[in-house]
Amino acid sequence: MSPSAKAHCHIEQAGGGCRLQDAGRFGVRHLGLGQGGAFDSVSMRQANQLLGNVPDAVVMEITLGQVCLSFSHHTTIALAGADLKTRLDDQPVAPGRTIELKAGQRLFFQAPRDGARTYLAVPDGFDVTAELGSITAIAREPLGGLHQDGRPLVKGDSVPFKASGRPARYMEMNEPWRCTDSVMTLDVLPGMQAGTLRGESLYRAYQQRWRVDERADSMGVRLTGEPIHSLEPQMISEGIVAGAIQVPPDGQPIILANDRQTIGGYPKIGALTPLALARLGQCLPGRCVRLKPVSRAGALAAWRDALAGIASAIHAS
Amino acid sequence: MTPVIERAGLDSVMIRLFDTIDVSNMDMLLSVVDTLKAELGEALIDVTPSYTTVLLHYDVYRMGEAAVRGVIQQVLRQPVSGLSGNEARTHVLPVWYDSSVGPELDLLAHRFDGDFQEVITRHQQMAYRVFALGFAPGFGFMGVVDEQLETPRLATPRKRVPKGSIGIAGRQTAAYPADLPGGWNIIGRTPVALFDRTREGYTLYRTGDVVRFEAVSRQTFLDLGGDATPFAGGDA
Repeated sequence: MSPSAKAHCHIEQAGGGCRLQDAGRFGVRHLGLGQGGAFDSVSMRQANQLLGNVPDAVVMEITLGQVCLSFSHHTTIALAGADLKTRLDDQPVAPGRTIELKAGQRLFFQAPRDGARTYLAVPDGFDVTAELGSITAIAREPLGGLHQDGRPLVKGDSVPFKASGRPARYMEMNEPWRCTDSVMTLDVLPGMQAGTLRGESLYRAYQQRWRVDERADSMGVRLTGEPIHSLEPQMISEGIVAGAIQVPPDGQPIILANDRQTIGGYPKIGALTPLALARLGQCLPGRCVRLKPVSRAGALAAWRDALAGIASAIHAS
Repeated sequence: MTPVIERAGLDSVMIRLFDTIDVSNMDMLLSVVDTLKAELGEALIDVTPSYTTVLLHYDVYRMGEAAVRGVIQQVLRQPVSGLSGNEARTHVLPVWYDSSVGPELDLLAHRFDGDFQEVITRHQQMAYRVFALGFAPGFGFMGVVDEQLETPRLATPRKRVPKGSIGIAGRQTAAYPADLPGGWNIIGRTPVALFDRTREGYTLYRTGDVVRFEAVSRQTFLDLGGDATPFAGGDA
């Protein structure tokens, strides 16, 4: 095939969610436009690194499963993130490695075994037109996505990428991103209105096991547990960062994720670190999590180490 | 109040400038935003001004938190010399105030013995400031609405409020840039596109801008490209 030939990934079934993602849209928050981008940004980077792509090349974010894909050309892809009991025709395939696919073979993501979201990278990334610096598509916004109309991928869509004919190298990760601990620890930078929590609420915030609620998506993840109450139940609306932990009047916190609204008026006890936010993207409803306050210096070092470690954790298989 | 700088996240700080919502805050807020943009340059990823605060998202690979705080403190020490480069712009939004596109117009008119004109006069006599953009792209929260028009949000938000709808919530007013869910009291509709991807900068207004409303006839509304489809978002 010619180096410029277009290959396509066909969406046979979009199931629990199938979206194109990159690092998100920045420099536009003052217009009321959201951030978006891969929820588990670490897995997105890993998938791209496995193929030697730039870290934020456009990937496919597959949530929960019941997603079926096929490809127009023989190609090598990479998977990183959740284990969604994935099969290539009849063969099981695990995330954390490159996979060679023949034209017409079906890649079927069944259901979560471990984690919630997996990231599929193709050589040089999917070839989709960016707007305001990103292809991310957020509900309520008319831009981004395959058709630049804000919609997620649906059955029948075909997503182009360059069939580069780049020779396939089989790569895998030493340690795929796992979340096997029975209680997931999420690092938090305390701040904002943390001082408005009463003593008991402050204790509960950081000592109890929170449960990830069914109300969990890319906008926000609700935690349930013994309620915590702020002395300042409602505030003047203000900008919200990714990972901010809001406390609404019912005392059940909501962690705001990448597709959050740009401003909001609930008090916040702090924000997850970027690494913790990526991990939250792999938490299914019912999972137990603990919030752990950490120092900014430690969080920054952990984030830098995590990003720097992606390349070194990959070897030829 | 004395401005406060708080850590909002690993790569973000919140600047709290005021305690209360007031149109007179907006000049200083805009001035601080403009100066910070210039001072932080490439290190600035995003800035979200809103009512009384400015949220800064910065690039931790270009600047540390202490340096960012230093820049902010220096900017806050500078006197506000009116608006320099980025003058608050004024926009006039034509509005067709009518019960067919404004289901709460009746509700508000009841306060004035059913006099719709009084609602319209009171709504369009004010020059509003855009306190914040948020909720959806190009959705501006504006105030302050005449106290006689103050109305709480609907108890149950509607699933769909048509594009262009003009609403009141509390003492704020807004125009819907797209079909969106919402609980504002709708009194009319504007034909003007508030979010337009072919427009430089995409949104009609920015935080701090001045907005006025001007009543127009159904015919003028249609001539300006308005969609007069009767309001059908009533189902909660």
